[in-house]
Amino acid sequence: MPELDLALIWLILLGAAVLAYVLLDGFDLGVGILFPFLGDEPQRTMAMNSVAPVWDGNETWLVLGGGGLFAAFPLAYAVIMPALYAPVVAMLTGLILRGVAFEFRGKTERRRELWDRSFFAGSLLATFCQGIILGALLQGIPMENRAYSGGWWDWLTPFSLVTGIALVAGYCLLGATWLVLKTGGNLQRRARRMARGFAWATLAGIGVFSLWTPFLQEGYMTKWFGWPALLYTAPVPLLVLATGVLLFKSLGRGRDLAPFLSAQGLFVLCSIGLWISFYPYVVPSSVTLWDAAAPDASLGFLLVGAAVLLPLILAYTAGVYWVFRGKLRPGEGYH
Amino acid sequence: MEWFTALNVARIQFAFTVSFHIVFPAFTIGLASYLAVLEGLWLATGRNVYRRLFRFWVRIFAVAFGMGVVSGVVMSYQFGTNWSRFSDLTGPVLGPLLGYEVLSAFFLEAGFLGVMLFGMNRVGRGLHFFATLMVALGTLMSAFWILSANSWMQTPAGHLVNAAGQFVPEDWWAVVFNPSFPYRFVHMVLAAYLTTAFIVGGVAAHHLLRDSAQRDSRVMFSMAMWMATLVAPLQVVAGDLHSLNTARHQPMKVAAMEGHFETRRGQPLILFGIPDTETSTVRYAIEIPNGGSILLGHAADAELPGLDRLARDDWPHVPLLFYSFRIMVALGLIMVSIGLWSLVQRLRGRLYDTPSLLRTARLFAPGGLVAMLCGWVVTEVGRQPYTVYGLLRTAESVSPVELPAVAGSFAAFVIVYTAVFGAGVLYSLKLMREDPAAAVERVEGEDREHIGMLRRRTAWGRPEQ
Repeated sequence: MPELDLALIWLILLGAAVLAYVLLDGFDLGVGILFPFLGDEPQRTMAMNSVAPVWDGNETWLVLGGGGLFAAFPLAYAVIMPALYAPVVAMLTGLILRGVAFEFRGKTERRRELWDRSFFAGSLLATFCQGIILGALLQGIPMENRAYSGGWWDWLTPFSLVTGIALVAGYCLLGATWLVLKTGGNLQRRARRMARGFAWATLAGIGVFSLWTPFLQEGYMTKWFGWPALLYTAPVPLLVLATGVLLFKSLGRGRDLAPFLSAQGLFVLCSIGLWISFYPYVVPSSVTLWDAAAPDASLGFLLVGAAVLLPLILAYTAGVYWVFRGKLRPGEGYH
Repeated sequence: MEWFTALNVARIQFAFTVSFHIVFPAFTIGLASYLAVLEGLWLATGRNVYRRLFRFWVRIFAVAFGMGVVSGVVMSYQFGTNWSRFSDLTGPVLGPLLGYEVLSAFFLEAGFLGVMLFGMNRVGRGLHFFATLMVALGTLMSAFWILSANSWMQTPAGHLVNAAGQFVPEDWWAVVFNPSFPYRFVHMVLAAYLTTAFIVGGVAAHHLLRDSAQRDSRVMFSMAMWMATLVAPLQVVAGDLHSLNTARHQPMKVAAMEGHFETRRGQPLILFGIPDTETSTVRYAIEIPNGGSILLGHAADAELPGLDRLARDDWPHVPLLFYSFRIMVALGLIMVSIGLWSLVQRLRGRLYDTPSLLRTARLFAPGGLVAMLCGWVVTEVGRQPYTVYGLLRTAESVSPVELPAVAGSFAAFVIVYTAVFGAGVLYSLKLMREDPAAAVERVEGEDREHIGMLRRRTAWGRPEQ
């Protein structure tokens, strides 16, 4: 029996954790960015209450991403974090500013508007920084002697700014389709209109991003456009287009659930594309998954826990979403 | 300013963010268990006072827990940003411990928190109680793993070092249950319970001072004072065992705590004084001769090592350790005294109408929190100049970061933490100051309105008229 490649298993698990994070926290960050544009106070409150019971669990996938990287690929963690110092710190500040707003805004009349702004600005900042982080990773990070060897502003390039903007559009699309799913009346109508706009923006963002990526590095070009690789890679952009069509159609027909699922589908396809670009690197062009992997004793020990606990986590997370299923009832609120 | 280096700013930044962070988990570990007890008592006895107390404290819990979550996310990334060398070298050992914390604790807490806070109108009483229990269990699991990781840094065990210089696990059981872990875990969980008990007791005392007939505050006060009476003495025992363990594994930390500069037989127990590291003496010392040897060595003439065993460069910050340790012990003794005093007044039937006791309890509300922070200063500062005791120096753990990057992020954290968590503490105090019965009345009034709108039963039952 061939030995299990624990490093590869962990890369798949971590990739799945990051995807889970984007699919789940993406829509609640998106609701945060759309928040000021959702109409009057009761409507905005309703939008916020639609994510209040689940945001905390959603964000935990980000902690799993960070903690998992530290555990399974400590070298990658040690190179990536200093390289992306400023956007990581800014993202964390954004997450603080928005996370506390859920509780704080209900505790004060006078300063409610301040925490509403904090919810919006924090969500926007966190999302934009996550996009920058993705772009900066993809353009490559240099390493010497097991440490980051680049400068403190290397992450800031036109490409990373574009990925930042594209991710903002993408999370807004997720947020808008979530509101289409969870609300009714005026708020839903408004969300549907927004979803259509952000669907265009997201598809444009994916397009620019996909066409730009191969020009970042020779390696990406051969992976995507070499022969016979093209046979395997071509379906990804085609499926993106098909999902985009599905998204517009379902929005046009006034469906509730299908637009949200189509938007999530776009993100799943993008993550497959990213996997193709990254593999086998964890830190593009300098650290492969096998270079960075912790010893099997570490990977195996945590894998046992993950094998037992992840199914449980998925089960009770699904249970929580089931408890809060259906449209938000007007005035449904607090503990 | 030769002191102003990337290393030192990174250290201060860590001290700042972790100190801010630990305040919230310490309070919510205790409060989650308290809420589980309250809800359990409500379900078991049907007495509405427990339901009202649950609803009073759960709103404060939500605020504190939210702040704990967001300040905790910072911690999980700060290892990488400022301490990347440390992360690379210790990742194979510490990473899986933190991974287990995320998988077994964070998801559990975060997942069931939503049901606990928002779910009473959507699930039955049994399931709601289950959610509360899971949140409480999650906070304890989290403490288990993070204290195991911290204790490994204090008393590393069960590892080897590989060619790249990384610590790699050899025996996971020895890693997780490293020599200081059981002591530190018990000491911290009891500290969290006491922290919460004194905050609950202080809030109850505040309301009883205005109206000693208030039954909700009476129940709160009685429960909190039982904790003080029973748990504070236990904590003294746990702390003593912990310090004996430290004396065995980190004798130099204890030497600095006790102000023992010189290795000798018959060490004194210094109650107070001013340690002077220039002359290696404790000035104006008030001491019990041979007391140190008796406490730590179990014999009047037992030899106890002093800081002279270490090169000066390897000393931790002695005055900081010396003072923090004494503040912690003094606060601990005050807790025991309040516990005894309340017991006496309880037996005399005057627990709720002794103004001096109530005023003391109100004043001492943050006492547990301060003691807990001082304890952490002792154990963390006492580990210096190492991150992994005796094996990896703090100076070798830091990222190859430049000063402006660390200083900039530090400034950002100071501003955001002060503004955001300052506001959060104010909101918590505002919630605590509200009369419990009136606060719950108001919340349940909103509930009634809302239930009327839904035409639906709720697991909270029919609100009292």
